[in-house]
Amino acid sequence: MRRRFLAAAGAVALGLATAALPPAGAPRAQQGQQPVEIQFWHGLAQPLGGLLEGIVNDFNQSQQRYRVVPTFRGSYSETMVAAIAAFRANTAPHVVQMFEVGTGTMMAAGRAVKPVHELLRETGVQIDFGDFLAPVRDYYATSDGRQMAMPFNSSTAIVFYNKDAFRRAGLDPERFPETWPEVAEAARKLKAAGVACPMSTAWPAWIQIEQFSAIHNLPLATQANGFNGLNAELRINNPTLVRHIGNLVDWQREGLFRYGGRDSAGDALFPSGECAILFASSGLRARTVREARFQWGVAMLPYDPEVRGAPINSIIGGAAFWALNRGPSQGRSAEEWRGVAELLRYLARPDVAAKWHTDTGYLPLTRAAYERARASGYYQQNPGADIPIQQLLRGGGQTTENSRGIRLGGFVEIRNIMQEELEKAFQGQQSAQQAMDNAVNRGNQVLRNFERQNRAAR
Amino acid sequence: MRRRVIFRGKLLPYLLLAPQIAVTLVFFFWPAGQAIRQSVLREDPFGLSSEFVGLENFREVLSDPLYLNAVWNTAVFSTSVAALALGAALFLAVLADKSIRGAGVYKTLLIWPYAVAPAVAAVLWLFLFHPAIGLFGRALNAAGIAWDFKLNGAQAMLLVIFASAWKQVSYNFIFFLAGLQSIPRSVLEAAAIDGARPARRFWTVVFPLLSPTTFFLLVVNLTYAFFDTFGVIHALTGGGPGKATETLIYKVYVDGVQNLNLGGSSAQSVILMAIVIALTAVQFRYVERRVHY
Repeated sequence: MRRRFLAAAGAVALGLATAALPPAGAPRAQQGQQPVEIQFWHGLAQPLGGLLEGIVNDFNQSQQRYRVVPTFRGSYSETMVAAIAAFRANTAPHVVQMFEVGTGTMMAAGRAVKPVHELLRETGVQIDFGDFLAPVRDYYATSDGRQMAMPFNSSTAIVFYNKDAFRRAGLDPERFPETWPEVAEAARKLKAAGVACPMSTAWPAWIQIEQFSAIHNLPLATQANGFNGLNAELRINNPTLVRHIGNLVDWQREGLFRYGGRDSAGDALFPSGECAILFASSGLRARTVREARFQWGVAMLPYDPEVRGAPINSIIGGAAFWALNRGPSQGRSAEEWRGVAELLRYLARPDVAAKWHTDTGYLPLTRAAYERARASGYYQQNPGADIPIQQLLRGGGQTTENSRGIRLGGFVEIRNIMQEELEKAFQGQQSAQQAMDNAVNRGNQVLRNFERQNRAAR
Repeated sequence: MRRRVIFRGKLLPYLLLAPQIAVTLVFFFWPAGQAIRQSVLREDPFGLSSEFVGLENFREVLSDPLYLNAVWNTAVFSTSVAALALGAALFLAVLADKSIRGAGVYKTLLIWPYAVAPAVAAVLWLFLFHPAIGLFGRALNAAGIAWDFKLNGAQAMLLVIFASAWKQVSYNFIFFLAGLQSIPRSVLEAAAIDGARPARRFWTVVFPLLSPTTFFLLVVNLTYAFFDTFGVIHALTGGGPGKATETLIYKVYVDGVQNLNLGGSSAQSVILMAIVIALTAVQFRYVERRVHY
């Protein structure tokens, strides 16, 4: 009896549920069109991923024709591999976020990628790239200025320093030294004042090799760092860079410098108070604000005073958005491309770009967004938050062929090679000259392989 | 009528076998075939162009000094892991085999680490031995030993060896314990009556009788060290510093997944496949010969 009652109640509930369904779907049916779905894969973990998905949701709310579905696919390199595998299986997402080291690989991907300039021309959507910060924009453009991808979250490398430690060592806490010899002197004083780790670096290859080359206007590779062709060759065994790496190795022996590990492993050394000076991504700011229990400041990267014309602008890291075809044998409809273009235009809006900049600490995409953040008093409330922007505009704000960016195929591997050879130098297994020579030889092999793999694809 | 009976007699066994065969085909033969195909091609990551290059990928891999470095690392790593895991497990099993109070608790505790996932085990060891935040890492540095496995290749190798061996001790322990328990008491008592001391009894009676177990475990441990230690290495050192802890299986991952060099990575997989086949063949021949005495 009881069971029958339950069954009846269940049936009633089911009936109610099905009865309730049509009204929910009705407005869509009445409009006569489903929104076009745009798949969007990204590689930002929380809390950044949540902020990014918030922007995407705002875009979805702002119109009815397109619905962008964001999906987190793991780290940048995992996202890259996932997108490539999906492309091979004809299930690629419309838009994928790709880190800057993958740029060379994407550029050479031929018809897998829908270049942004082509996308905008075909869909008639306008984005004013002239207003973008040049180092941000040019990293993802061809050498003749055609935009290939939509830059989004960009950072650059800056200095974080502990003002309390500077005071203890008798150094001026409001003035960080501008040149490398002065930095070494400061480190010596810090060491004399009892600081166990005067300075360290995160992202050893990106900051001590790539950024160093850019701000000194030194070529990282021939062919304008690879912008002009796949036949580029590495040039990182030049005397200026070798001298710098040699200095780092000597300073390590002297106890002034500590090797902090590959990629972002060195980040932890600054907010914990362990190292007094850290060269790191400007993106470390948020974590330092949250964790540091001491007074700290930020400054621009130091330079070698013997190099004439230095310093000029630094280059960016971070990621851009790439539009992808569905697969080797499948394209997309005009409506889908239109949706992708509308999404990109939305991201470049000054209010959206300024909000992303101030929420996350990533660089502003455009000058308009920069002005907007300045007008809102953001830089007064957060002293030093504009240092990365000023550093990107150092030397006049126009990039040279050495400071535009890096466009090398297989650069993920090359960056690892540089880090491995640096590690061997820091272990004392080889000199700075040998380390850079080996990195050039091994890196060139990667470049030749890449050139050969991709020659047929174009 | 008669034909139908024969038909059914053939169909049913095949039907029953079908799931297993399907799984083997889909998850073993198909990927293996793909690997062999990729290993003779040179392709861009997106698969838009490919070129048949014959055995060039193999020639390149085998002449690469870094590949030989990975072979050497694998040899050092695997032998050390197997020796350490077998030695420690045998020692613990012999102790646990004695009649002591709370033997059950000891045995359970010793078996526990086997349930820990490799990556989790690696993180545990990372927290213990991190030079800046690890308990033992700090203690070592305080004691005047410059411990920094992120920069010292030998120390990094030691760490991955210990972490990998630690995980495998439990497995070996179970087999050794079972092996010890199946040794007839009468043999040991006879040896004792003849005046053999415990150490002598162990080396002349127990150890030879354990040899089939030991050999089986040796093969299993080598296979483990070859293929199942990816998680430990990935989480602890990422193959570094330099290339100090890059083993063969880790190099396949780095070249294929990180560097998107599909041809070279596939060639390495095929070489690894040949090694597994050889190891398995040895195991079957030897174990089958020795297991029934």
